[in-house]
This record gives sequence, C-alpha cells and structure tokens, in this order.
Amino acid sequence: MRYFSLSATRVNTERLLTHNMLQCHVKNCRPNESFPLTIKDPELERTEAEFNPDFMRGLVPKLDWTALRKTAGALGLGDLPAEMPEATDEFLQMLHALVLETRVVSGSMVCDVCHHVFPITNGIPNMLLQADEV
Amino acid sequence: MATRPEHSAPPEIFYGETEAVKYTASTRVTSIQAEMTERALEIMNLPGPSFLLDIGCGSGLSGEILDENEHIWVGLDISSAMLDVALERESEGDLFLQDIGQGMAFRPGSFDGAVSISVIQWLCNADATTHEPRARLKRFFTTLYMALRRGARAVFQFYPEGPHQIDLITTAAHRAGFTGGVVVDYPNSSKARKYYLCLFAGSENVPLPAARTDPLADGMDVDGAPAAVGAGQVRHVERGRQRVLKGKGRAKGLTTAKTRRERILHKKALSRLRGKEGIPLDSKRTGKKRKDRF
Ligand SMILES: C[S@@+](CC[C@H](N)C(=O)[O-])C[C@H]1O[C@@H](n2cnc3c(N)ncnc32)[C@H](O)[C@@H]1O
Ligand SMILES: [Zn+2]
Repeated sequence: MRYFSLSATRVNTERLLTHNMLQCHVKNCRPNESFPLTIKDPELERTEAEFNPDFMRGLVPKLDWTALRKTAGALGLGDLPAEMPEATDEFLQMLHALVLETRVVSGSMVCDVCHHVFPITNGIPNMLLQADEV
Repeated sequence: MATRPEHSAPPEIFYGETEAVKYTASTRVTSIQAEMTERALEIMNLPGPSFLLDIGCGSGLSGEILDENEHIWVGLDISSAMLDVALERESEGDLFLQDIGQGMAFRPGSFDGAVSISVIQWLCNADATTHEPRARLKRFFTTLYMALRRGARAVFQFYPEGPHQIDLITTAAHRAGFTGGVVVDYPNSSKARKYYLCLFAGSENVPLPAARTDPLADGMDVDGAPAAVGAGQVRHVERGRQRVLKGKGRAKGLTTAKTRRERILHKKALSRLRGKEGIPLDSKRTGKKRKDRF
C-alpha cells in the first residue's frame, strides 16, 4: 500500500511551541547554553488551529520569551518586543498564530554548543543519537 | 505460547512498513487502543485542553483520541514507518523520531501530562549490545520527570511479561522521583485485564484511582475489546488467527464516518450524549486543515 500525497494535508510537523520547549539531549552537552536550537534552511507552513484562550493563558508562563523572540526574528516572522506583553486577547491570538499555527516542514535544528544536527524530514525531526552520544 | 513482539525484533524493525499499515488498518486494534487511551485520560483527570506527550505514539491511534479531547500533543516514536502512517492519518500532534530509551530533552515543566499506550514493555529488552534495560529505563524516567510540570500525571498502559517487569519499571520510575503505582483493570478476566502505571510528578500522597472490575458492564466483549466491531467484520485476533464476529456488536464509540471532520464531530456528539463536560462546540473549523505557505 502506498500513501497518498501528503502535500495538501501534512500537519504533524514541528510547531514553534514545541521548538520553544526543546533542548539538545546529546551526552555532556550544555543544553541551557545551546537553547534554542538554531533552525537551518527552514521551510515553514501555517496550519489553522482552533484558538483556545484558556490553553494559551496556561501556556504563557511556560514559554521562554527570549528564545521565541530570537527564533521568530531568525525565521523572518517579525520583531517581537523585548519584554513579553500583557496577556490581552489580541496578544494571545498573535501568540496562537505564532506558536501553534506555525510549523517547520523541513530543514534542520543545530546545537550551537556540540554542533549536533537534528535533521527535519517530512516535518519530523530526527532525534536519534549514536550510542556514544547517549 | 505465542512470541511476544518484543522478543521477535527491535521495535523499529518489528513496526516496519507492512506491520505499521496492518496494525493501523485493524478495526480491533483501533478500538482497543482508543479505549485504553480514553481510560488513560480519565486517570489523568486533566482540567481542560492541555499540552501532552504521547510516548511511543506510533501511527497516531492514541493521538487521535487526544485530538478529540482538544489536547495539543507531541508524539515520540522510534519507528519511522509508524510515523509515516501517522502523517497520512492527519492527526495533529508534532511527531519526533526518537528512542525513548535515549531520554529526551524538553525544558523543565514543559508538559501538563504524558500518555503512553502499549509501549513501555519494549524498554525491558536489550536490542543492541549497548542496551542495558535498567540504564535505559532510568534515563527515560529521569528525563520524563524533568519534562513534566510539577503535579502532572503520566499514565502508561503496558503489557508486562510478568511481575519482574512490573517491578523493574516501577522501581525505575520511583527512583526518578515519581510517586504512584500500577492499577489493574478487570483483574479477574485474563483477556480483558489491563495494566496502567499511574505516575505523579512532584505530588505526594495522591491515591491511585480505583480499578475497573466488570468488563461486560463496561461494554467489553469476552476478549476484553470494546464490543463495537460491526456485524460480519473480520477481526484481527492475536497470534494470527482471524475470526468473524457474530452480528451482536454494540455500536459504542464506533464510527463509520469516512472523513476526519466527520469522525471528530461524531465523537464529540457521542461524548456529549454520554454527558462529558467541556466538549467544545463544533465550529466550521473542526477537523479542517488549511495551510498557507509563507
Ligand atoms: C503497540 S504500538 C502503540 C502505538 C500507539 N501508542 C497506539 O496506541 O496505537 C507500540 C509503539 O511503541 C514504539 N516503541 C517501542 N519502543 C520504543 C522506543 N524505545 N522509543 C520510542 N518508541 C518505541 C513502537 O515503535 C510502536 O510504534
Ligand atoms: Zn548539543
């Protein structure tokens, strides 16, 4: 059995929310220093998701704003203010579009400390390590 | 005795392309995985849509139930064939190709909870000379504990090979800081019996949930599958046997709807009928995907 083309329906790709939670897990790396992983050669996609203000409010304290700002800037998604704005509905909508509807379809994530490359193919980051990296 | 999958090959080989498609196409597998995921969610007792980890998400059968309950999830699996099928099924979670025995690196407190359906027994196996089950379980539970917010729950339905595996797994979880233990549903039915490892991150003295005891009253058939398979359908039974069901299946949670949107609307309607609270109202967007290229 072959699968039908994924082009119109591909949604399981990495959200910027998840990228904001992800650190390098290579042995002896310094994950705090290398966070956030640098996204190289990104192909981005926007998929619509239902806006849930309660979910977004719960999310706000978990986000690393500095990292999100850096990533959004590097991906050309706009300049976020240095300080996270107040959680108004308007801000939450913007945040929703940025972290839940923006997905990385292909490219790679690179650790700036140990230089490990996590390739993203078909929207799926490959996080497998070699035995000596565990 | 039939061989256990964990003894036949490493997971990424066992769940190759053929098995991934076969597994996901089986009505029986689909309904059992759905039932167990719903039970795990019940045990997790989440206040509303949450950010969850699906550990060993496979082809997205468990994830589909998470979608229906409006959770946002990240799935980890070692089998790229299973993940390919998940892509095809259009579930919504982010997918990662990952060996959970190598641990994970999410920032502390990232997730509100974790589910894992029919996976964790795989970690008791050494599939490579470098594999030491105790070390892999330790790394897994330690890094999972970190990734969860304090007060979060992680619920694992699993198939222990015997008491020693329950002990091996539970001990590793406790050493990593979790409290909690194993709940056995339907302990008196050898076929319906299910094991749930219920773990609490950073909360003391949470009582374990009560086990379910009566499979028939809960709408299971004698094999412990949700009695939902329609008349005359072929059911895939373990050990390669196949049987045809008599036409007495109860339509519980089964849907013949073809599209994803229809499936979700149908499930939401069923949930409302069963009196679940907090099911979001349908919107035009339910189950619809649209994408704009940047
Ligand atoms: C029975 S399937 C369950 C899939 C899904 N949770 C469901 O309910 O349908 C077991 C899954 O565990 C995955 N698995 C086994 N060992 C693993 C490991 N070390 N790391 C990640 N996934 C693993 C397999 O690849 C397979 O997809
Ligand atoms: Zn690194």
